[in-house]
Amino acid sequence: MRHHKEVHGLHPTVILWVAVGLIGFAVLPWYGTDSNFFTLSWLLDGYPLDSDVAPALFLALQGEKPWLAPIGVLLLVPFLLWNRQKTDPFFGRLLIAVGAIGFAYLMLQGFAIGLRGWRFEWMTALFGELGDRQFGMGYGAMLAAGAFLFLFSLGLAGRGVVGGDVFVVSTIAFVITVVALFIFMPILQMLANAMITQEGTYSLSSFAGKIFSERLWGLGCVTQNIGCGVAWNSLFLAILVGVLTTLLGLVFALVVTRTGFRYGRVLRALTVLPIITPPFVIGLAIILLFGLSGAVTQMFAELFGMQATRWVYGLPGLLIAQLLAFTPIAFLVLIGVVEGISPSMEEAAQTLRASRWQTFRTVSLPLMRPGLANAFLLGFIESMADFGNPLVLGGNFDVLSTEIFFAIVGAQNDQAQAAVLAIVLLAFTLGAFYAQRFWLGQKSYTTVSGKGDSGVHPLLPSGLRYTVFAIAGFWVLFTVFVYATIFYGSFVKLWGVDNSLTLVHYVKSFAIGWTEFGIHWKGAAWSSFWTTITIALVSAPLTAAIGLLTAYLLVRQDFAGKDAFEFGTMLSFAIPGTVIGVSYVIAFNVPPIELTGTGVILVLSFIFRNMPVGVRAGVASMSQIDRSLDESSLTLGANSWQTFRKIVLPLLRPAILAALVYSFVRAMTAISAIIFLVSARYDMSTSYIIGRVENNEYGIAIAYSAVLIAVMLAVIGLMQLAVGSLNIGRRGRDGDLSQSRTNVAAARPQPAFSGGG
Amino acid sequence: MAEIKSNAASVEFRNVSKFYGKSKVAAVNDVSLNVEAGKLVTLLGPSGCGKTTTLRMIAGLEMATSGEILIGGADVTSLPATDRDVSMVFQSYALFPHMSVMENVQYGLRFSGFPKKEIAERANAGLELVGLTGYGDRLPSQLSGGQQQRVAVARALVLEPQVLLFDEPLSNLDAKLRRRVREEIREIQQKLGLTVVYVTHDQEEALAVSDRIIVMNNAVIAQDGTPRELYDAPASAFVADFIGEANMFDCEVVAVDGDVATVRLGPVTLNLPARDHAAGPARLAARPNRIDIAAAETPGTLPGTIEKATYVGSHLEFVVGTEFGEVFVVSPDVDSGLRAGQPVGLAFPERGPVLIKG
Repeated sequence: MRHHKEVHGLHPTVILWVAVGLIGFAVLPWYGTDSNFFTLSWLLDGYPLDSDVAPALFLALQGEKPWLAPIGVLLLVPFLLWNRQKTDPFFGRLLIAVGAIGFAYLMLQGFAIGLRGWRFEWMTALFGELGDRQFGMGYGAMLAAGAFLFLFSLGLAGRGVVGGDVFVVSTIAFVITVVALFIFMPILQMLANAMITQEGTYSLSSFAGKIFSERLWGLGCVTQNIGCGVAWNSLFLAILVGVLTTLLGLVFALVVTRTGFRYGRVLRALTVLPIITPPFVIGLAIILLFGLSGAVTQMFAELFGMQATRWVYGLPGLLIAQLLAFTPIAFLVLIGVVEGISPSMEEAAQTLRASRWQTFRTVSLPLMRPGLANAFLLGFIESMADFGNPLVLGGNFDVLSTEIFFAIVGAQNDQAQAAVLAIVLLAFTLGAFYAQRFWLGQKSYTTVSGKGDSGVHPLLPSGLRYTVFAIAGFWVLFTVFVYATIFYGSFVKLWGVDNSLTLVHYVKSFAIGWTEFGIHWKGAAWSSFWTTITIALVSAPLTAAIGLLTAYLLVRQDFAGKDAFEFGTMLSFAIPGTVIGVSYVIAFNVPPIELTGTGVILVLSFIFRNMPVGVRAGVASMSQIDRSLDESSLTLGANSWQTFRKIVLPLLRPAILAALVYSFVRAMTAISAIIFLVSARYDMSTSYIIGRVENNEYGIAIAYSAVLIAVMLAVIGLMQLAVGSLNIGRRGRDGDLSQSRTNVAAARPQPAFSGGG
Repeated sequence: MAEIKSNAASVEFRNVSKFYGKSKVAAVNDVSLNVEAGKLVTLLGPSGCGKTTTLRMIAGLEMATSGEILIGGADVTSLPATDRDVSMVFQSYALFPHMSVMENVQYGLRFSGFPKKEIAERANAGLELVGLTGYGDRLPSQLSGGQQQRVAVARALVLEPQVLLFDEPLSNLDAKLRRRVREEIREIQQKLGLTVVYVTHDQEEALAVSDRIIVMNNAVIAQDGTPRELYDAPASAFVADFIGEANMFDCEVVAVDGDVATVRLGPVTLNLPARDHAAGPARLAARPNRIDIAAAETPGTLPGTIEKATYVGSHLEFVVGTEFGEVFVVSPDVDSGLRAGQPVGLAFPERGPVLIKG
């Protein structure tokens, strides 16, 4: 046996977490502070005695909030483990007990005692009126909770869970806790809220009344000449968009891989567009082109004397905008699948006397099935979750995501109604998620084996080839036209009325002045722009970190309940941003976790909205790294944390960078979740732009969007450069990579997408 | 200059089983074995027989479902790989591609609490031992397969582990290189007196390098013995067929007198070691190169007809049709002029056939 170290005194990891817990309990303010914690202004606000900023220890000593005292006592209990070894059964049992009791007590007191004393009437009845109250938990409480959680994990590891590996157990416990806290708890609270009536009591019948209402499910468009229910509208649009984006994506994928088309790289560049484009920008461009005073509309009116109409507002406009926005996503998914089909399959079919068309129909197309299902699912979810386009283009065609927004933001402020709508939306996306899994079933579609597969993909039959060329060509021209419109539109004074060119929109938004104090950010957009950059910069590393840790657990570790774990972490993939937004508003508006109006809630929503991006990037590239590398490191005496740091992380550098950049960019383009969460202090670019659209200031909105697109294009470009040089990196210094034999296949980081910006 | 020593220790399995998943399929079923310190023992068997799982349980990469594992007499059953003093050379070598050869070799030393100077000395000694002095600055991708393999061995050796494990170390090398590398491994093992457990599915490789071979099949040990014992006296039809090739005959034990059994095989009567067989029906295994081809009608031979004769350079291969079915015979005499269709008699020399179970 290696390192036969006897522990004298207290186990070092126990010391660490007890110390963290005690700092949280006795040093940092227990409750959330009014001003930003990190400015440290709370030190001047009467710390440590004033009850707003006092640590729990001082509160308890002053006789306030006596229910906090047991937490401090629990944090001292681990000292009983003096001179005990980790393998000692008592060590594990005591830490499990301390951790579980501490964490549960901390949560329970938080939920039980709110701003007006006891949160539940039966507790008042049981314990009598409480003359005290508490606010949302702050950093002190967070550290204490973390300490309990990790002491609990250490105890579990001591009892031999997952091979007694502290790092792995702690990581699992951490990921489960944060996912439960910031995905499941808000969703459950939202479900509970859906049953609350106007009078504040819970009622199933009121819930049933809302969820089966005519407004949601009416069939007026079939039976009479009025609009259909909101749910039908959303569903119909999403299916149309799913099917059409899949078909268009397939056309593009075929053009690149099966026609001998020489400029495939140019087409691939198209896949960057949805990543860098805030989703509603396409909608804006559509209005500029086809709206009442749109360029195309005006042209037709002049040429053919047609009456200009508002035809584009509603289903037609939405369909065009969403197709433009989401087709590149389907393309990206399908190109991987179409390329992944082993050419030898198709060559085999041809040697078995199948013609090109028969090969395509009987072999190529069936093997693309999982890709097609995936592309459809993505299109469906993106469309369901899309918020920006319906907001600017929807007209009278109401869909769920905007309906939810107006239920919360409008005059009614009906959280229960919003929750009901969100449940319907969630049911649709989860249903699609399940249907896809069910449809693909157990069949294996893997055609790429470990062995090198040479050969070339056969060309499409010529009739089909010309068809896909025509469709793809038209669509590329249309896309270019739309983006050109955005760019051009940002310089036009008042589109359709005064078409003279001007810089006034840029000046209004991004003017910079000099004063005696230095640079003065004069433009109206700067505040939201810098907020967005800051929030995105803060959330990107956190998103990447939690995503990659989760990926590490999924790919590299085996533990009980891993399937459920995987399902839970990937669930947020199917949760539309609007639903996340609503549930955060409902769950984090009151103690114990009171975050509305802060920057923290924006960061949190980005972390958990974009977590699947990090998970997918991590899983994809970690699967390329041979597991024997980890095992070899373990047998050489490194523990799993050292292995993760020295072996896994360095090999994942391209994936880390990709995850960082994509979560950054997604944070900048997101709209659906954050429109509920922004505040006057923390306004984001996208919600600022939507605000301009609502005020009919299209010029500024377009100009701001163009700036965002340019910024993100630059970020993506820089990343491509960096990843490129990383891939060559040290290994390729001497050139000949083809001869080298390594355990790492060159993995191109693949961006992952999830429900709508 | 530091020298690589050995801390060879024994390995013992006591009724070890490993079940995977919910299906409760046994990968290793109630296996007990003992590897003496300083010996090279091979785990041999077809794929899926449990040999790799056994090896990984020694390493601590898999945890036994039940039973006890002892290394150097100490119970390590519940210790993870990090805490066991065991090193492993992987089939893929598992060299860290982002580290130079020197960094790879030093990797394990850095976690063992050695001072910097000693780490460097030991790593150099390790590279010297495998003949790669001067290659320290290269990246693994800049080495040939054989060199990578030697780096992997050096990386494992410098830790002076109690047990060194090899998981099919030659399977990624070409045929000529294989023979040389396996000799090198054996040389280093004997020079340093290492305890080595070696997994392979290649019976020739196993016979060549091992002090002892443990043949596994269907999650249990089929036979455990020296290479000579396994080849000359296989315990079962499986072992007889897996190590070398063997012809199987149904025969009849007529009488047993002490250690000698009188066996009747058609017209032939043989006196063979009894190996605990009693009178009655039995089976006989005969190696293709331990059957002689005699002229037809020779007394005491099994009559047959040559069905196929194949010239393979160093020897001739025959398929002979007999009343017991086809018999495969190898003859070093390439000039005998025997042709397909010719009637012959098959003779069984004294040390040829063996009575087996099953």
